[in-house]
Amino acid sequence: MMDPATQRQQVLFLYLEHSGLDGRVVAWSFHDGSGRAAELDGSPPYPTGTAALRDGWRLLQVSPVPQRMPGSERVAGRLEHELLLERIVDA
Amino acid sequence: MTDLGEHLLSTRDVATFVARGFLAMPAVVPEDLNLAAIEELGEILATWGSDARPHAPSSGQRLSDIYPAPSAVGTVLRHPPVAGALRSLLGADPVFDHDFVHHKPAGDPFGQPLHQDAMIDPTVAFDVQLFYFPHEVAPGAGGTGFVPGTHLRRVHETDVGRYVHVAGEQQWAGPAGSVVLFHQGLWHRGMANPSGTDRLMYKIRLNPTEPQVRHWDTSDLDALHNGPDDHLFARFRTDSVAGILRHREPWQGEADHRLELAARASLWRYLTGDDRFDVDWYLTRTEARAALS
Repeated sequence: MMDPATQRQQVLFLYLEHSGLDGRVVAWSFHDGSGRAAELDGSPPYPTGTAALRDGWRLLQVSPVPQRMPGSERVAGRLEHELLLERIVDA
Repeated sequence: MTDLGEHLLSTRDVATFVARGFLAMPAVVPEDLNLAAIEELGEILATWGSDARPHAPSSGQRLSDIYPAPSAVGTVLRHPPVAGALRSLLGADPVFDHDFVHHKPAGDPFGQPLHQDAMIDPTVAFDVQLFYFPHEVAPGAGGTGFVPGTHLRRVHETDVGRYVHVAGEQQWAGPAGSVVLFHQGLWHRGMANPSGTDRLMYKIRLNPTEPQVRHWDTSDLDALHNGPDDHLFARFRTDSVAGILRHREPWQGEADHRLELAARASLWRYLTGDDRFDVDWYLTRTEARAALS
């Protein structure tokens, strides 16, 4: 559990090149509830999803494996392989 | 119709636009015209939304009729290399959709979320958005951010704003008088301008009014246009349109890249009128089998 009096949540979205957690990171967003760092620099924070786990991030959610809809099987849209991770830090 | 022969795009240019969703023309507008355009864009910005705005066009007006002489903006749009590129992608008589003057003051910390303009759009025919940078934009000084190769993905406006960083994203930087043409679908965003120099950019969106088929300089088309059997897993060429369309962006995994190849091949079919064109046999095998059942 997080103590909101003394702790804050950091959230990291990672987008991978395939549905496996060891896939290469192709996009990312970092949000820091502690306000210490609004953004990362321009390079990927981790090369893969599993590298983030090894660094202490907790996986909260992962996208389901895509199911292509009949009639639009080849339509591409959003980035599909999203990991939502968190880390609790001192405020 | 103005003869723009020597200023039309090549097949290689158009194929690159299909593959990546943009085409950059650095320093294509001469400096005296840039200076006049900066002055006029300032007047437009200062009077935006009022009756005093000079040359305010209406949606649906022909490109050839907007910003009449002596408008500097009109002169830029009719500058032969610019007009030739627009003719190549849009055909002879595109119409005005909308435009805007984007001013990013020095030190402006705010950037836009990544987005696709207008709304989700399923058509193969496409609009072109012209970005004109009348003055030099230094690296990191508020140039437009964009993600090459995202133009054929069906997303809606800022739905993609969650993606703060995408591998391969570029930020425009270049000399005065540069024009960058975007496919309507390209993901992009206005960026913060931490520099000490204001950044001015003019954007105009244009709609085609005729099929966008073979309006460029097609003298190199026969040499580059490949048959449907140009197949990376069988026999293939590297000096063909398919070879250009195979370009892979850093954000594309294998599954993404294959869907993009099919989308690019479909767009090239539209642009050439060749409904047998293919890249790596993806469309051909499915269509042949579908005809059996």
